[in-house]
Amino acid sequence: MLLVPCPNCGPRSSQDLTYGGESHSRPDPKTATPEEWRTYLYLRDNPSGWLVETWYCSSGCRRWFKLERHTLTGELRDPILPGSKTGVASDEATNIQGGTK
Amino acid sequence: MSFVSIRLPSAGSEVIDRARPVTFSWNGKKLKAFTGDTIASAILANGDHIFGRSMKYHRPRGVLTADFWDPNLFVQVDDEPNVRAAHRLVENGMKVTSQNVWPSLKYDVKAANGLVGRFLTAGFYYKTFMKPAKLWPAYERILARFAPGGEVDLDTPHGYYDKRYAHPDVVVAGAGPAGLAAAIAAARAGASVMLVEHEHQVGGHLLWGSDDDRAAAAGMLTDARNLGVEILTNSTVTGRYEDNWLGILQRNHHIAEERLIKARAKMLIVAGGLIERPYVFAGNDIPGVMTSGAVRRLITMYGIKPGTRAVVLTANESGDAAVADLERAGVEIAEVVDGRTGAFVRSAEGSGRGTNHRLSAVTLSDGTKIDADLLVTAVGWTAPTSLLNMSGDRPVYDPAAARFFPGKTPDNVLATGGMVGDGTHDQLVAHGAATGTLAAGRAAVVQHRLQAATARAAAVDGPEPDYPEDLRTPLGRDPHPALFRSTTHGMVDYSEDVSSKDLFGAAAEGFDSVELIKRFTTATMGPSQGKLETVNTVAVLAEARGETIAEVGTTVWRPPYAPITLGALGGRVFEPVRVSSIQSYHESKGATPILAGQWIRPEHYDDPQAEVTNTRTNVGITDVTPLGKLDLKGPDVPKLLSLLYTNKWMQLPIGGVRYGIMCAEDGVVLDDGVTARLGDEHYLMTTTSSGAGGVWNWIENWLQTEHPDWQVHVTPVTTGFTSINVAGPNSRKLMGRVVAGVDLSNEAFPYMNVRTGTVAGVDDCVMWRIGFTGELSYEIQVPAGYGLHVWEALLADGKDLGIAPFGLEAQRVMRLEKGHFIVGQDTDGLSKAPTTGMTGLLKLDKDDWTGMPEVKWALEGDYPHIVAIQPTDPNCVPEEACQILRGPESNEIVGRITSSRYSPTLNRSICLGQLSPEFAEAGTELTVLLVNGERVTAKVMKHHAHFDPEGERLRG
Ligand SMILES: [Zn+2]
Repeated sequence: MLLVPCPNCGPRSSQDLTYGGESHSRPDPKTATPEEWRTYLYLRDNPSGWLVETWYCSSGCRRWFKLERHTLTGELRDPILPGSKTGVASDEATNIQGGTK
Repeated sequence: MSFVSIRLPSAGSEVIDRARPVTFSWNGKKLKAFTGDTIASAILANGDHIFGRSMKYHRPRGVLTADFWDPNLFVQVDDEPNVRAAHRLVENGMKVTSQNVWPSLKYDVKAANGLVGRFLTAGFYYKTFMKPAKLWPAYERILARFAPGGEVDLDTPHGYYDKRYAHPDVVVAGAGPAGLAAAIAAARAGASVMLVEHEHQVGGHLLWGSDDDRAAAAGMLTDARNLGVEILTNSTVTGRYEDNWLGILQRNHHIAEERLIKARAKMLIVAGGLIERPYVFAGNDIPGVMTSGAVRRLITMYGIKPGTRAVVLTANESGDAAVADLERAGVEIAEVVDGRTGAFVRSAEGSGRGTNHRLSAVTLSDGTKIDADLLVTAVGWTAPTSLLNMSGDRPVYDPAAARFFPGKTPDNVLATGGMVGDGTHDQLVAHGAATGTLAAGRAAVVQHRLQAATARAAAVDGPEPDYPEDLRTPLGRDPHPALFRSTTHGMVDYSEDVSSKDLFGAAAEGFDSVELIKRFTTATMGPSQGKLETVNTVAVLAEARGETIAEVGTTVWRPPYAPITLGALGGRVFEPVRVSSIQSYHESKGATPILAGQWIRPEHYDDPQAEVTNTRTNVGITDVTPLGKLDLKGPDVPKLLSLLYTNKWMQLPIGGVRYGIMCAEDGVVLDDGVTARLGDEHYLMTTTSSGAGGVWNWIENWLQTEHPDWQVHVTPVTTGFTSINVAGPNSRKLMGRVVAGVDLSNEAFPYMNVRTGTVAGVDDCVMWRIGFTGELSYEIQVPAGYGLHVWEALLADGKDLGIAPFGLEAQRVMRLEKGHFIVGQDTDGLSKAPTTGMTGLLKLDKDDWTGMPEVKWALEGDYPHIVAIQPTDPNCVPEEACQILRGPESNEIVGRITSSRYSPTLNRSICLGQLSPEFAEAGTELTVLLVNGERVTAKVMKHHAHFDPEGERLRG
């Protein structure tokens, strides 16, 4: 089980959080075409590699945040609260248990 | 040949306590053994050597490895099937029986299977029982009779299984010399350490070694204990997941039958030692053929003489030591075949019938045939790299050492001991100690990082320590001959009855991947999880295809390391149970409880129909505490409500209440409820009981990610208030007796309004005039600590008004009489907002609300309608989910019943249902298919409300 770095609470088991899925932006509901809106609803990139995704610290501080996860290696980096300019460790993976930090 | 295994004279090396005899039964016979005996050693000591029959061919089987992995020793113990006889300790009164035998171990009818064994080749079941499909039920009956395993007793009492969470610095998997040394060194360096060993004693191979070996193990055990190492014997690290999340199955807990420990270890040390490989040759599963480890364990630990006349095939020190052990035990050594010189065993044969069947002769590579009742093989080792595989490692084959070695593990996983190399006792201990020290050093860095990443107020002590590099001196690798298969064919997977011939056959059929061969032949897929079989499978496949073992590669070991019981996985559930502050009253009145999500609620106190009638006639009260409640404060609450609900919220006056529907972004109804404006910037929102948690998360998401500029503070207050609904014609009169400071007249406090005041002396109660029941009613939110007090005050003051409590069932009947839909019951995951029929609430002229585009497009097309339905026969209550068909003769589904009850108010059955639009017109005649296949007629009603459609009662 992944150790997910909440920007507020620090690293916590992923079962303490709720997965919000791949980060994506919401089109303007007044002008969106059905195709645009359904792309927002259902279509995800699902890359093999770094993926920006959202998490909710549901059993902790109850903050939604984004981070990057490598879908192949499971590495996590750049946890960032909405509205913040930079993450906690903005250039490198938050590799708590690894030899490099 | 008849053979009787005997107990050797007592020796200091044994783990049994001869002063404490044990009596148990084996297939009905009463037998004696000693405390510390495994079931296997206890049975052997009594002269039996056949434990059961193999799964496919029903071949008689005896001891092979005499440890946890022995594939031949699955027995039934009392009501528990598939117990490992060489692992489970024998206990007084145990009733042990053999498996896979019918009618008895001695006369097994299905052993005929063995005679036709050559027809039951790999893939036999796939190929034979494929077609025709209509014969499958017949196939199933036949196959089920041949299925392996013991008897499941459906009356088995529930066991107690527990769970635990742990956060050790270092977990060491395996307590042989290297594992023990690693645990001690890590603890000395200051780490908290868990040492996990799947056998009953620590020490690994030291236990069946020399007296010095056992003394060394005992000394290390004492050291580990003194250093506070948590030692878990008869326990297994079953899996390693991301960031060293480990599953540890503890079988030696003093209360729980088993306990699943979920550990987040900073470092994992894998010290699983080596598992001895069986040798593949014709007759290698005849009882009397054993590994060197098996005879050494039986002689040294259990005082069992494993045979009378032995042939030993040895290619390493373990085989040489077995020769010495056998001589010490008084076993005649007929021949020692030295595998290092190129000699090998060609085949073996047995004799004797039934439970007397046993090895009788061994044929060597030079053709010599030797009489023997014991054949011991020591042909090499398998490193159980399972936990390393789960860490991403792919083992690498070393032909010189004839075994696989770990490749590269992540920084937080280290391996030590026989798995990574060979050495003297001192070298293994030194490597283990170096590994323990390294692990403790790395764990300290991880600890520092965790603290630094977590501590926001508290400072972290000092700078981060340097991350220790791996500077351990590697262990050497002893050369070992590559001995996998003889010149004959024999068993590769004993538990699945897969022979080397089957694997050759599969290769000839074109299976060229070891992963596919495994699935096709089921080799390595038995209860040993491939520990004994994988490398032999790979070696045989390499031989069949003329490739090297390195070219064939190996299969990937996945969790679990050893099978886990479902009890342990289910175990204790850490799920809270929620009750309202009135629960003691409900219990004292004997209310029938119902579990709704995490809540226990009173379903009814007595007859729910009478509860309905009393409420409609007099006054009733009901506990609706689970209703979700969110306190919203701030200047931007109206914007939030406008975003979340489909209708308009900017003009709600203080004291006003409004109903709203919430949609998800796909337009599907997410929740509904009423929201009140309590003050200038203060609102109280209610949600459905089941939606309470989800709506809170939903709101936080919108506030935090899309509108962080909005000033709204959300506080969940579901359990902060006890919610009581007072309903019925007498409810105003009753409220008048308990409420202070609020004018209850219809003019001052009309329908869909909210007031705050004192109820039964309790201040700050919120009173809502709303009506799910359709009656004049008040919902009171009482500060939770006073809930029971207010409830009892209402009951006392309402006696002469005919007050009675009503439960959830009466509430459901009354809401159905009023035609109120329930989200998730009358709607489903496809029901968009227009389906509810509340199109007047769908305000497309607003700037934005969640799901608005989808609702807009839905309104432009066809969508199912929720309608009220009444069966023609007033006494026919169609079950919920009954289908509605296009016509009396049609099977086309055009809708379904979503709610149905018998209405005591109308004296007839009433329903809500979802219907295709063409059938939703009032007055349409419907065909409802009942569960029993009968078709009945029903009619679509004009209003959702079956009762008081004008709503005069609740406005009065
Ligand atoms: Zn948090």
